[in-house]
Amino acid sequence: MSESTNPSPPLLRVRNLSTGFETPRGLLWAVDGVSFDLDQGRTMGVVGESGSGKSVLVRTVMNLLAANAVVPDDGEVLFRGRNVRDLDAIEERHFWGTEMAMVFQDPMTSLNPVKRIGRQLTESIRFHLGLDDDAATERALELMNQVGIPEPKKRLRQYPHELSGGMRQRVVIAIALSCSPKLLIADEPTTALDVTVQRQILDLLGRIQRETDMAMILITHDLGVVASYTDEIAVMYGGQIVEHAATSDLFEDLAHPYTEALLASIPRIDLPSHARLQAIGGRPPDMVAPPPGCRFAPRCAYRTDECEAAIPELISVADRMHTCRCIRPLVSHRDVAEAVVAPNRPGSS
Amino acid sequence: MSAPGRSDAVIAGRLPLNHRSGLFGAGLLVAGLVLTWVSLMRLDASAGFIKYILVAVALGAVFQGLKLVSKWIFGPLFDLGLWLSALWISLLVLIAVFADLLPLRESRDVSQALQAPIRQRPNLFSSHPLGTDAQGLDILGGLVYGARVSLIVGFGAVLIGITVGLTVGLAAGYYRGKLESAVSFLTDSMLAFPPLILLLAMVAVLSPTVANVTVALAVISVPTYIRLARANTLAFAQREFVLSARLLGERNPAIISRELLPNVLLPVVSFSFVIIAVFIVTEASLSFLGLSISRPNPTWGNMIAAGETRLNDHPHAVAVPGVALFLTVFSFNRIGDRARKMWDPREAKL
Ligand SMILES: Nc1ncnc2c1ncn2[C@@H]1O[C@H](COP(=O)(O)OP(=O)(O)OP(=O)(O)O)[C@@H](O)[C@H]1O
Ligand SMILES: [Mg+2]
Repeated sequence: MSESTNPSPPLLRVRNLSTGFETPRGLLWAVDGVSFDLDQGRTMGVVGESGSGKSVLVRTVMNLLAANAVVPDDGEVLFRGRNVRDLDAIEERHFWGTEMAMVFQDPMTSLNPVKRIGRQLTESIRFHLGLDDDAATERALELMNQVGIPEPKKRLRQYPHELSGGMRQRVVIAIALSCSPKLLIADEPTTALDVTVQRQILDLLGRIQRETDMAMILITHDLGVVASYTDEIAVMYGGQIVEHAATSDLFEDLAHPYTEALLASIPRIDLPSHARLQAIGGRPPDMVAPPPGCRFAPRCAYRTDECEAAIPELISVADRMHTCRCIRPLVSHRDVAEAVVAPNRPGSS
Repeated sequence: MSAPGRSDAVIAGRLPLNHRSGLFGAGLLVAGLVLTWVSLMRLDASAGFIKYILVAVALGAVFQGLKLVSKWIFGPLFDLGLWLSALWISLLVLIAVFADLLPLRESRDVSQALQAPIRQRPNLFSSHPLGTDAQGLDILGGLVYGARVSLIVGFGAVLIGITVGLTVGLAAGYYRGKLESAVSFLTDSMLAFPPLILLLAMVAVLSPTVANVTVALAVISVPTYIRLARANTLAFAQREFVLSARLLGERNPAIISRELLPNVLLPVVSFSFVIIAVFIVTEASLSFLGLSISRPNPTWGNMIAAGETRLNDHPHAVAVPGVALFLTVFSFNRIGDRARKMWDPREAKL
């Protein structure tokens, strides 16, 4: 299992994790056999179309699932060597916030509309750090400064609707940071914000991540955005990681046809793209009855009959840390791939 | 999202006020007051029908004049109807609470009112300002004690309804699962039962005391409250602040009481003003029919019923409680409308 040369175990180790949901149509596998490691101080981007299972993946990692979720026992989430799924209710409450924290997509809905900002900020500080009111308020003001909220004293007494979207998201980030988590998960933290603010929020997350040396998982639809903020990127499709590599490797030597399709829909890689990804031809797979072989095969420009025979393994391409779930990754066939227009690529690996 | 129309209106509120309409309003107000006084005090019963039309016109003028003047003074956003409604309800609550301290003539016990004139017409400067009924009982006193019954029944039933409805609805909407199915089944069955028949059955079986009528009305309202609370809980429970509260260490009971309850309470309470109005009318109807609190304890409904036989020559015995009932129901509806606009999540500007 351990392919890392790093002697100490990673902060977060996910192994063969699957999450299904009982639905009226049958079991829906939203996450299907995902494995990855994340070290302290690193930022991992998770990209993929809507419905590819990004949110379900991180919610499973945090052990925060709906009642109709099914997680098979062979899936493991080891955080600092402990299986998150073994935590009991009390341990869990201390674990959330101090070990892992989460920033949600929509700051509109992640703050309670009828509670003052101050109370929302200090509640978890008081609970986790055991501080009294004054000390908690002090800490809250400190956090608000850290996330760049002007006039923090005044904000403490305000309600969420009195703040702009960007300010609200800063409050949400401050709450997530309040107990110095070791891992921060940001699930599309900027999707609900307007373009000028998106960049500020990502810069803020990046700066805080560097300052505190925590690990971060940054989820987004937008490959262009993650590029400048992440150390590595995992591309998800149909509940599986189809490609996982260091950010620079991914852009230089992309291996999976889906990654290529994602990238093709961004006009420029080096400029942040604020546009949502254009839809790739075809529809995302039906997760209750996924296609038998490679999940992307029905939409893939390079499909062969072989692709539909069995689900491809995650294999190393180019270098060992760069993995890809494709029987004929593009890296080794770049020239061929570019030469061929027809969907059926002649020759085989 | 704050609607653009709203901020425009606020800006309009700061525009220079129209003095001419204000002065016109003041004139209208004075004319209306004079006309009211003349028609009430100077015209005797021989004027008959004309008198009441004049009073109505005069009061309309007073209201319009007051409206213009209040807008002149407090700005064009001033909602006179709302303030008058609030004033009326506050007044009602005050007299109902302090009824026993007021210098009222006997309105309950006929043996104590033997000296009093019967069927006296209202005369604000007499010892029976609103007149007496067929037995010489004071109508103002009846009105005050009747207000007490109406308010206790209305507020009491709604409070019980809210308490039960919120508890059950919040739990069902938050915990879901079997609890929710059971609760839904029960509320649906109760709602399928015609409420009027259920109510009549309950008051027929129970003795007609204030407490029993209150409970009977509460029972009618509970399923609606449960539904309302559950639906709002479902909507709010999906919001991420509930999840983040869990992440920040709150337990389920704390999440329900501190995160969900304040959010669900607003729409439920704003809906309740209308329900209070409905319950006050319902109680009045029941006691009019003799199915609720009956004589000697005065209620607006049984006062109307008592005065009904001589409606032609002594209309005041019906008109006084009738007008009180109308004003009360109107005021609660008016306040309820405003509360819904402010608090209902569908209409609120959050
Ligand atoms: N509680 C649930 N019950 C049933 N199905 C669910 C549930 N939660 C998620 N799913 C399904 O799991 C799949 C993956 O959802 P997920 O929210 O992880 O997608 P995502 O990649 O985060 O998409 P987006 O970019 O839109 O946020 C979807 O098909 C969704 O319908
Ligand atoms: Mg998502």
